Amino acid sequence: MITTDIGIIGAGPTGMFAVFEAGLLKMHCHLIDSLPQAGGQLSEIYPQKPIYDIPGYPAINAQQLVDNLSEQIAPFHPGFTLGERVETLEKQQDGTWTIGTNEGTLINCKVVVIAGGLGCFEPRKPEVDRLAEFEGKGVLYAVRNPEAFRDRNIVIAGGGDSALDWTIFLANVAKKVTLVHRGDTFRGAPDAAEKVAELARTGIIDLVLKSRVVALDGAGHLEQVTITGQNGQDQHIQADNFIPLFGLSPKLGPIENWGLKIDKSAIEVNTFDYSTNVEGIYAIGDINTYPGKLKLILCGFHEAALMAQSAFKHVYPDQRLTFKYTTVYGITELA
Amino acid sequence: MITFNVKDRDGKQTAIEVPEGISLNLMEVLKGSGYDILATCGGMALCATCRVQVKTGAEQLPPPGDAELDILDTLPSIEDNTRLSCQLRVNESLEGCHFTIPPED
Ligand SMILES: Cc1cc2nc3c(=O)[nH]c(=O)nc-3n(C[C@H](O)[C@H](O)[C@H](O)COP(=O)(O)OP(=O)(O)OC[C@H]3O[C@@H](n4cnc5c(N)ncnc54)[C@H](O)[C@@H]3O)c2cc1C
Ligand code: FES
Repeated sequence: MITTDIGIIGAGPTGMFAVFEAGLLKMHCHLIDSLPQAGGQLSEIYPQKPIYDIPGYPAINAQQLVDNLSEQIAPFHPGFTLGERVETLEKQQDGTWTIGTNEGTLINCKVVVIAGGLGCFEPRKPEVDRLAEFEGKGVLYAVRNPEAFRDRNIVIAGGGDSALDWTIFLANVAKKVTLVHRGDTFRGAPDAAEKVAELARTGIIDLVLKSRVVALDGAGHLEQVTITGQNGQDQHIQADNFIPLFGLSPKLGPIENWGLKIDKSAIEVNTFDYSTNVEGIYAIGDINTYPGKLKLILCGFHEAALMAQSAFKHVYPDQRLTFKYTTVYGITELA
Repeated sequence: MITFNVKDRDGKQTAIEVPEGISLNLMEVLKGSGYDILATCGGMALCATCRVQVKTGAEQLPPPGDAELDILDTLPSIEDNTRLSCQLRVNESLEGCHFTIPPED
């Protein structure tokens, strides 16, 4: 069990900056995110786009802002659990909370901060017969450990960059890679598209264009996929794995079930300190709502600062908080 | 006035009228009219949550640009004439069109 002062659900810019504001008040944090990297929407949706409304930066690339935030919070040594989705939130008898993830990781904390943005980014799932049945039994939505595909027959579906990149990478690992794409051209990175065409010309991979995977078959584990072409003809391919790569889309997910007041997929908060209707749980950033709410990074930062001042009383009930400028005292690294 | 028809996820069809010469895209008008579309990326052709099916009038719309085609390419399955509403400017080309809002991802 991981133990910390504040458990932060969501490692987007708001959750990251909350570590800084909490750290100034000597509170330790642990961040959990379903994505494999920190940065939320910035790293996942628009890493290379410039942002123009971060105070003090006339323009800054989204990924650069995330990198700067990482550097800024480093002295406070936040813990990270990445690539795991928070499923459960339970109050303990001693008044603390236990956060549980889909991988069974448990985090015990005095305060919970939900900085979940638009929700968990979940893979877009294609409409394929028996897809859910084979999830974890041959069907995967991301490649974590490429070695797991050694000497296997795999079918990848998708037309975007990640479908191209993984096809190229796994071509040398798997026994056979078949890439199935709905269209007949690849519009993603031209280099990757050219490489895939070359792999197909030389017979290293099979490229099936203008087609869709429509059904899966197997006894217990995936054995075969059925592909339909635009001409309506079916072909069956032997496959140990099917990897649909159609990007990610945010879903509120488990947050709905924690007894919080929710309005249109957002958590209602008190703007005094961004607390929710449940004592000890705060919600900051894109996930919350209140009259006049703006879904902006700078608003998430502001909310993080006020939240930390209020959370202090849960972490250090016997201490009084005195407000200090960083220019006067600097920042003190947490042990 | 520019008039076009929108069918929501429950199948309810409504005619929408917009004054000529306003500088908005279709996604903004749909959101402004209370339709439940996410439009996560705010109109940058990055999220595809604003997509609509063009049931009538597809041929009178300007063809999709590179950014739009790129993101449509990454979707698992789409009907013919699926467009990103954020990439469609509201002007005479929309006159008489019928749009349907597809189910959420
Ligand atoms: C294309 C685009 C352009 C934008 N441009 C600007 C701009 O110019 N200026 C500006 O201020 N804002 C802009 N925004 C908005 C800005 O990105 C958001 O306001 C900001 O990302 C919100 O930060 P957040 O930390 O609250 O949430 P997010 O960035 O959404 O991060 C939330 C994180 O929580 C995780 N999460 C949620 N639920 C769970 C769970 N149950 N378990 C584990 N993890 C979970 C998610 O995986 C995600 O990583 C833009 C957004 C987009 C999409
Ligand atoms: S709003 Fe995101 S693609 Fe249109």
